[in-house]
Amino acid sequence: MVAANPEIPLTRPLASPSIMTRLHGLVVTVDHKKLGLMYIASALSFLVVAGLQASAIRLQLAIPNNNLLDPDTFNRLFTVHGTAMVFFVGMPIVAGLGNYLVPLMIGARDMAFPRLNAFGFWMFLFGGILLYFSYIGAPGLSGHGSAPDVGWFAYAPLTGRAFSRGNSTDYWTLSLLVSGIGSLASSVNVIATAFGMRSPGMTLMRMPLFVWMMVVVSAMMFIAIPPLTAAQVMLLIDRFLGGNFFNTQSGGSAVLWQHFFWIFGHPEVYVLMIPGFACASEIIPVFSRKPMFGYSAMVGATTMIAFVSMGVWAHHMFSVMSSVGNTFFMISTMAISVPTGIKIFNWLATLYGGKIRFELPMLCCLAFLFQFLIAGLTGIMLAAVPFDWHLTDSYFVVAHFHYVLIGGMLFCIFGAIYYWYPKATGRMLNKKLGLAHVALFFIGFHLTFDTMHLPGLLGMPRRIYTYDAGRGWEILNLITSIGVIFQIAGIACLALNIITSLRKGEKAGDDPWDAWTLEWATTSPPPEYNFETVPAVRSARPLWDLKHPEDPDWKYE
Amino acid sequence: MITADRLSLPSTPAEWTLPSSRKLAIASLIVIETAMFTIFVVAYVFYIGKSLVGPYPSEVLDTPILSTICLLASSLTIMMAERAFKRESVGGFRLWWSTTILLAAIFLGITAAEWKRLIVGHHLTISTNLFGTTFYSLVGLHASHVIVGLTLLTLVLVFSLKNSIRRADGERIEMLSWYWHFVDAVWVVVFTVVYVVGR
Repeated sequence: MVAANPEIPLTRPLASPSIMTRLHGLVVTVDHKKLGLMYIASALSFLVVAGLQASAIRLQLAIPNNNLLDPDTFNRLFTVHGTAMVFFVGMPIVAGLGNYLVPLMIGARDMAFPRLNAFGFWMFLFGGILLYFSYIGAPGLSGHGSAPDVGWFAYAPLTGRAFSRGNSTDYWTLSLLVSGIGSLASSVNVIATAFGMRSPGMTLMRMPLFVWMMVVVSAMMFIAIPPLTAAQVMLLIDRFLGGNFFNTQSGGSAVLWQHFFWIFGHPEVYVLMIPGFACASEIIPVFSRKPMFGYSAMVGATTMIAFVSMGVWAHHMFSVMSSVGNTFFMISTMAISVPTGIKIFNWLATLYGGKIRFELPMLCCLAFLFQFLIAGLTGIMLAAVPFDWHLTDSYFVVAHFHYVLIGGMLFCIFGAIYYWYPKATGRMLNKKLGLAHVALFFIGFHLTFDTMHLPGLLGMPRRIYTYDAGRGWEILNLITSIGVIFQIAGIACLALNIITSLRKGEKAGDDPWDAWTLEWATTSPPPEYNFETVPAVRSARPLWDLKHPEDPDWKYE
Repeated sequence: MITADRLSLPSTPAEWTLPSSRKLAIASLIVIETAMFTIFVVAYVFYIGKSLVGPYPSEVLDTPILSTICLLASSLTIMMAERAFKRESVGGFRLWWSTTILLAAIFLGITAAEWKRLIVGHHLTISTNLFGTTFYSLVGLHASHVIVGLTLLTLVLVFSLKNSIRRADGERIEMLSWYWHFVDAVWVVVFTVVYVVGR
């Protein structure tokens, strides 16, 4: 639990205020930088808890016929693990990075609506607490139920009153409803800030790609999250008012829930993934010492992903749909690999001929590049309907989406932590510990998730709490579980690094990476007002122009 | 440290205008609300004619002509109020603004009477059948937006009567009218789906 409280100094050390004053400061703050760090710190705490839950799942599955966990506990573990990782780790990290960086990158003093921003954070935090409180609170007066056990997409009719007694499903519903409102608040803020508060000269096509992608992600949330909210309201109506939306006995449709959930659920994958792309698009150019290749193609590809991702949701439902529907969603799903491919080639072209510096942020992004490629390839495999019919609800699918979210997104987030930690704290992260973290996590990730594809191909269904010996799954599951040990060791190194470097880290200075975007023009950590004067911008790399007056970018625009 | 003012290079644009954050936020809110209403409308349309037991919409629903006229008219009156605000005619603003509130209240009153008739007279509740579930959810979601709007409208009237609205609040008033127009536009969809197509 070391990472549960990475004590990033959230207040400025004036005359070392008492702990109560500092806590009070956190509760009442509306500063985008403090809120951003609070988002990230809370998300990392949830990452540790939900990660430990995944470790328990892998411990149970390490050997056949294991009775370490009973089936009910196992169901709760994978439900809460999945829900927490998506809504209380992925989303807040996205919101946290966006909050911290968007105003700094566009030369603004704060977000457009600071109080709305604080509201969003607290909604997220209490949503997350609500989910975990279900372990204690869900039995309630009826004495039935514990944490939710319906899977992270909570298919009807499992969530009906008859099949889910007590309040476990209600906790799941309410925690998502609450945190969804928080996410919407923060996404409205990002749009209003990025369009309405850019510093003079920063036209849209001079915005850093990070800001562009956060804008696209926020716009996607406008379309993606309300369907989830609506579906949750319908589920609450069903459960508390006796409504019939998903009650098949009164003619309701269980498949309708699947549609509503995945209309949210698939854009959500890109809502989580594009911020990863956003970090990579800042890090890769700086460590290749070249401007981003194909800036406008990158913007276009991101927007195209946003549009296409709204029309692919039913590829999660190939086994419940007609051939016509399946064909449409197969084609749209495959089409989305076009803009994604454009991005990968742009990153590669940025690397090509560059003077690459193999610093920690860059190592994470290089790992991301090829891991995300593999994740994309298994994605195309699953987009083919007949292949998907064979493998749906198997461990192949589990391996695929963990490859996307860990191999893709999480590695970018690691890169972002190494890249921006000096800006947020004024100290560098320790390089040796960092290398240990990246190496251990890299090994663990590949042991676990490369191997996990195979039992899926051999027919192992997901969500089973144990399996018989003699199916050829034993050794593969054991290797998968062993990988977890490396991942835990890696995360422990990261947590130790984050905490110890706060005081002992090498002083970073304002611009340790010789970077080009505006956040590096102010002090590390930035003062509360961010910039003394509002900076002016003449190209997409304002600090390059400043450092190289003999050959500024704006000459070529 | 690279001081930020060194970035102020000569050829920065003299005129630098940006869209208003407030307008962006309300436009975003309207997109979000549209997405949410869409899902409820889809559910309504999907379940038309799928109720296993009565009462069915053709038996119990009357077309709410009067309330529809009131709500649509309130879009015009709020526009008149805005115009009066721009002319700085305080009396005109208060008159048109109060008319808007009155029309919204009439709409809600008629909806309440309709619900009472359905619940007491026809024993149609939210749990009776799919029609009840989808009808009360969709119409209720819209009505709850009218209630929010009515509350905000009343608040503005109170501020106006206390003379605490300044010229600078014009954009706030405009944003409220955007929201109000949106609520009206949603009613057009709800009306079409529930009272025309669904019957």
